[in-house]
Amino acid sequence: MQPPAARWFAWLPVVFVGVFFALPLTTVLSRGFSARGVDLLTSAATWRILGFTTLQAVLSTVLTVAVGLPAAYAVQRLDFRGRRLVLALLTVPFVLPTVVVGASFRALLPESWDGTLAAILVAHVFFNLAVVVRVVGGFWAHLDNRYEQAARTLGAGPITVWRTVTWPLLRPAVLAAAALVFLFTFTSFGVVLVLGGPTTTTLEVEIYRRTVQLFDLPGAAMLCVLQMAAVVVVLIVATRLQRRLTVRQRLSRSGVALRPVRSTTDRVLLGITLVETVLVALPLLALARASVRVGDGWGLDWWRALAVDGPTTRDVAAWASVRVSVSYAVATVLIAVVVGGSAACAIAYARRGADALDSALTLPLGTSAVTVGFGLLITFAVPPFDLRSSWIIVPIGHALVAIPLVVRTVLPVLRSMDPRLREVAATLGASVGHTWRTVDLPVLSRAMGVGAGFAAAVSLGEFGATSFLARADAPTLPVQIGRLLARPGEVNSGQAAALSVVLVVVTALAVVITERLRAPGSASL
Amino acid sequence: MHAPVPIPHRAHTTRLSSLARRTSVVALLAASFALVACGSSSSASSGASAPGVSSPSAPATPVPSSFAPTTVTLITHDSFALTKSLLSDFTAKTGITIRLISQGDAGEVVNKAALTAGNPEGDVLFGVDNTLLSRALTAGVFDPYVSPNAATVPGALTAATQDAVTPVDYGDVCINLDDAWFTKNHVAKPVTLDDLARPAYKDLLVVENAATSSPGLAFLLATVARYGETGYSDYWKALRANGVKVVNGWTEAYEDTFSAGGKGNRPIVVSYASSPPAEIVYAADPKPTKPSTSVMTDGCFRQVEYAGVLRGTNHLSAARAVVDWLLSPAVQADVPLSMFVDPAVPGTPLPKVFTQFAAVPTAPLSLDPAVIDAKRSDWVDTWDQVTLR
Repeated sequence: MQPPAARWFAWLPVVFVGVFFALPLTTVLSRGFSARGVDLLTSAATWRILGFTTLQAVLSTVLTVAVGLPAAYAVQRLDFRGRRLVLALLTVPFVLPTVVVGASFRALLPESWDGTLAAILVAHVFFNLAVVVRVVGGFWAHLDNRYEQAARTLGAGPITVWRTVTWPLLRPAVLAAAALVFLFTFTSFGVVLVLGGPTTTTLEVEIYRRTVQLFDLPGAAMLCVLQMAAVVVVLIVATRLQRRLTVRQRLSRSGVALRPVRSTTDRVLLGITLVETVLVALPLLALARASVRVGDGWGLDWWRALAVDGPTTRDVAAWASVRVSVSYAVATVLIAVVVGGSAACAIAYARRGADALDSALTLPLGTSAVTVGFGLLITFAVPPFDLRSSWIIVPIGHALVAIPLVVRTVLPVLRSMDPRLREVAATLGASVGHTWRTVDLPVLSRAMGVGAGFAAAVSLGEFGATSFLARADAPTLPVQIGRLLARPGEVNSGQAAALSVVLVVVTALAVVITERLRAPGSASL
Repeated sequence: MHAPVPIPHRAHTTRLSSLARRTSVVALLAASFALVACGSSSSASSGASAPGVSSPSAPATPVPSSFAPTTVTLITHDSFALTKSLLSDFTAKTGITIRLISQGDAGEVVNKAALTAGNPEGDVLFGVDNTLLSRALTAGVFDPYVSPNAATVPGALTAATQDAVTPVDYGDVCINLDDAWFTKNHVAKPVTLDDLARPAYKDLLVVENAATSSPGLAFLLATVARYGETGYSDYWKALRANGVKVVNGWTEAYEDTFSAGGKGNRPIVVSYASSPPAEIVYAADPKPTKPSTSVMTDGCFRQVEYAGVLRGTNHLSAARAVVDWLLSPAVQADVPLSMFVDPAVPGTPLPKVFTQFAAVPTAPLSLDPAVIDAKRSDWVDTWDQVTLR
């Protein structure tokens, strides 16, 4: 039996991304095409920047996947004490604004690395490890391990099992994660600005500089087009590959039972994971330490300062920021889950044009946030569409980034679903809609737990677009942290550290809650 | 094929039962909507504009003492701060509620205003500075208005405003020095810009990237003003030979590379003339009696901040009243400790920490905003070439 027609699911994501992304983007870009822009395109400096951007993105992706695979395995397949804590710790860096960990990083890295490519690479691995651990790990947790067991029974050693059984099954998820990490690092802004130096300019930083500092919209538009072209090429390659590598398999619906740690391989991988966790935890611990360090001693002064509203308009109590951050995050998750879920279904069921739709939906990840922000500003300026001061504009901006994440986490699971399940339902007399609701939807909602966690994490940690689109409300946690850090004095840096700890805790909670809301395991057939 | 029953293991995470899960989802949704409802502030400015006030040809019009309740939206940047009681006092006196929107740094704010000129997001703009003024004026962002409260503001601050905006405060971007380091290492502190290029100060200076940072740009402009358009690149060559370190932003320079506060190892940094008093105000208790840093008064670049009424606002008179309020004695007296800048209105009482420790540059450097707007891109490109490549 065929799955429902893709067009039922495609219209919602297409309209959403079309109205809130394509329209503002074309508005801005249309202002851009001019002789000056073409000049910029052919200048040596531009190509140097493009080359560096690609280089650091490729290196970051390779490193992150290499570092993340052992951790993904250990956390999602092995059973050990503290597993959930390790998972939470590895996920948390994803939300931290760079400006928060920048100081700790500088302190931990050797000074000769300051402002160089090496510092950027280390930081990218730190921030994006969560993507690999969750996307690959989430998929790995549902891999039917009987193939591996069968191979072992037939005498294959662990490396052969990995090479011939696990890796081919896992490849689509790894590719999905790698594509995401590449996109994030290609368009990375905070890390490059804070930990890089003036010589490590990437396209995104240059676009920001031209748009904001120089108000050179034609130049910025040209660079934006260049960036998007590079991203589209990568996306097309990745989606084609992913499609070809997908293996139809029967994914375990409730997740495979976790194994106790017995074999040497498991021990080694667990050891690697624990070392990685400690390294990731170091900057976080430095933050916690800074939040209780007062002068030369210790104290809770900064925490107390956060609990109350200060005298000026800038001194906002932590509670207000938490409330605003969480409300944006909830709205973002709702939008991303609904629109992203529809998109994943549309792409999985489409007979033609799936790759195009997939790439189109992922494009916002590869586009400069500042450009889209300006575009939203110009496009939605006329009543009744004057969304500029509307509350919803920020979650919409966040959702544009979260939707591709949801799609990427959900799609491999949907695609790997055994179509015979639908056929069985049809044999039993179910209609197309009923089949979808009872067969596809549970699989979808299982995978959605990870996607929703990602969407929440993205929204909580978003800094650039939020400070740009800010409203008259209290600032979100990252924006308030950024404001505190822009002033001298321990009063400000201490409070910033304490507020960062609050951000970390809120994110960890959000991730844990979305984990728990996954549909319960069902009995096997 | 019959699937083998998985061996029960405590590894199965505790899943909520189906009913409990649905209930918790509904509860979460309800809580989120409650948050959302509380979170969204009142929607765009409410109705009644001020009762019939005098003609648009503003300057000499006195501010009416009360308006029907109105909300005026003040758009500003992330560094804006005023004591909250001032805003509530203003509302009590005039009935105008000020709604603050802080939207990024000064450059972003001005660019957004330029892109929405004539159909603005708010009513008053505060925070356009002299490096951005020309851009804003060319884009027709403002409805020209100069507050009568600015009558006593010195001419140096009102020059180049084209009578469209009112200066509210000013500050200086200066070289800051770590006194403790210089004392400990028995090195005399540099006094002029030329000193920074001397071998005695090799590898001691950190500056911000002029392409991405506002104080970095200001320092570059100071060197252009001092050495001229033909001489500044030689100066930067000399600085480069003397080991100047360039970092991307103020936080990286001041918090991580500057030696005061113990985290970095360079005792000379580009920051603000008000950074030493800020060090005292924002230190942990017990507060030090004097700052550990001082300011090199030569080579400072003057930054002036202006406020203006946005063209296309629906609350013209109320907006003008807000601009007047920014120049009122109460607000002018508040800006030093709230924003660490100097009030534009002369004779405003300054807090003790400012009079004691804030350095006053005798002859701050400045450039015509129109020239800055026209040439800044070329200057930054040259600077980038000379200093970084």
